[in-house]
Amino acid sequence: MELLFNLFSDYTLRIVTLGSTLLGITSGAIGCYAVLRKQSLIGDAVSHAALPGIGLSFLLIGSKNTEWLLLGAFIAGWIATLVILNIDRLSRIKYDNALAMILSVFFGFGLVILTYIQKIPNSNQAGLEKFLFGQASTLLQRDVMLMGIVALITLVPMIFLWKEFKLLSFDTIFADTIGFSTKKLDLILTTLIVISIIVGLQTVGVILMSSMLIAPAVAARQWTNRLFIMVMLSSFFGAAAGICGTLISSSIDNMPTGPIIVVVITLIALLSLLFAPNRGLIWKRIRDNKTKKEINSTIILSILYTLSEKHTKTYHSYDLSALMLKKDNIKYSKKKLLKELNKLKMSGLVDKHEKNLWAISEKGMKKISVLDYTNGGQSYYD
Amino acid sequence: MDNISVKVHDLTVAYNKKPVLWDIDLEIPSGILMAVVGPNGAGKTTLIKAMLNLIKPLTGRALFWGEPYENNRKRIGYVPQRGSVDWDFPTSVLDVVTMGTYGKLGWFKRPGKKEKERAVEALNKVDMVSYANRQISQLSGGQQQRVFLARALVQDADLYFMDEPFQGVDAKTEKAIVKLLEELKKMGKTVLVVHHDLQTVTEYFDWVTLLNTVLIDYGPIHEVFTEENLKKTYRSTIDSFYKNNGKVI
Repeated sequence: MELLFNLFSDYTLRIVTLGSTLLGITSGAIGCYAVLRKQSLIGDAVSHAALPGIGLSFLLIGSKNTEWLLLGAFIAGWIATLVILNIDRLSRIKYDNALAMILSVFFGFGLVILTYIQKIPNSNQAGLEKFLFGQASTLLQRDVMLMGIVALITLVPMIFLWKEFKLLSFDTIFADTIGFSTKKLDLILTTLIVISIIVGLQTVGVILMSSMLIAPAVAARQWTNRLFIMVMLSSFFGAAAGICGTLISSSIDNMPTGPIIVVVITLIALLSLLFAPNRGLIWKRIRDNKTKKEINSTIILSILYTLSEKHTKTYHSYDLSALMLKKDNIKYSKKKLLKELNKLKMSGLVDKHEKNLWAISEKGMKKISVLDYTNGGQSYYD
Repeated sequence: MDNISVKVHDLTVAYNKKPVLWDIDLEIPSGILMAVVGPNGAGKTTLIKAMLNLIKPLTGRALFWGEPYENNRKRIGYVPQRGSVDWDFPTSVLDVVTMGTYGKLGWFKRPGKKEKERAVEALNKVDMVSYANRQISQLSGGQQQRVFLARALVQDADLYFMDEPFQGVDAKTEKAIVKLLEELKKMGKTVLVVHHDLQTVTEYFDWVTLLNTVLIDYGPIHEVFTEENLKKTYRSTIDSFYKNNGKVI
């Protein structure tokens, strides 16, 4: 309660929370495309590559205004991205190699510049390192306004180019053949991604920023099979992480905001990976076990069926050892076999005759004839 | 000349010095079903991609109804190999098929009721209406192929390129595709299909192109699909001849 009260009364906290929320919404939404296009690492490359831009901007302009520093970061991040994409397109070097190379070269250069700036006397350099790990508490009202503008710049094209971005992400080649310039679309989308990363550097920092892009999208993908809902949910997760992270770090002394936000969003992603229905690992495990059981009983039923097909009397009964003879299909122990047969009997699919003899029942016959194996077991999925 | 849909002239494509297609000259008359046949690595997919400007050829070009590809995009439908996309993409069957209408819609416009109706109609033709709202990752290979075909149908093109639609599909899908090809032919459309199964070429198609880096021959099946031509197409010496840059070993 006190936390919420603080949120309404404490001006600085309100600014920081608003900033982190805007950041979460923007990077969450645009991050969906990075994830779906299997370019998750582009965020990492852009944010690391932005560092020399920040340093150079400070050296050239001599101002520590966030706008100038972020402009430098944007230019450097954008150039790095274009270099990566063109290396991939024009040379035989693969995308991930190009990415790793450019990321480390730019980041290394950035560290060199930062160190150089620190050695300049009277440069009042303190403050540039905040871009390494982020320092949300330094957010000013004008920074947050900038974040709001950037959120608009990112989200509005996403709305207008909704179908184009979807098409580009799903099937680039097809998009090309029906007359959409995928080069242009790619450039627009990449630029939007770069912008949304750059704007988060002050809050989360170059090292952790890519998780703000990836984690909400990965989490959202777990809960839905619709792109629109995924984007909405991803924004929501990003915003929630921003708010929670800020509030947690403000309530505990000496807790950095950016890293806490990242921890929160990672937790959300982790929980989604485990517990989301259908795609969640735990759900999947339960379903696999259920299928396994179903298949077990179907196999046993089909053994009885094939045996009865060979016999003149359709509902002739067999003892356990006869069923175990079909060893190549079946790995069950006698005990297991008995257990499965009893279960089948409960559902009326087999009949138990005296002296432990088993036969397929009329109902069982019906069930097995419905199963269609000619289509590779398709009926299971229908 | 409207009775010739496509003219390919002097087309050569190479990846890193190795020619994949060598000096292809080809004319595709309107209204035929043409199979493109040849061994693995013969350049069948490359031929389609080069014609559609997806790959830049070293020399040569393809003309559609006497004009370059750019002028006729909307009259040409393309069915890529189904392995070319990620089927775990968060979208529905109907949505993918509706993508076929995007070309005519152009930039910014959203598909509306009319587009959705046309998508449903196309799904009906490939016997997939009941799957319209299904997530695409829940489809079998054959069903995926039929979704791609429906997407191409929605484009309402005059000329179709299909890259291995019969590859690894179930019997039901194979029948559906064959039925569809016949329908397209009846409607006067031209269809070019990359095909692997030599057994069914004469049954499904009326024209054939035999390709193995060079164009062995093309024309109506009864003239071209001969044992001698097939031997030429699948003879490995031809393959190695070009792999060694023309030096006979």
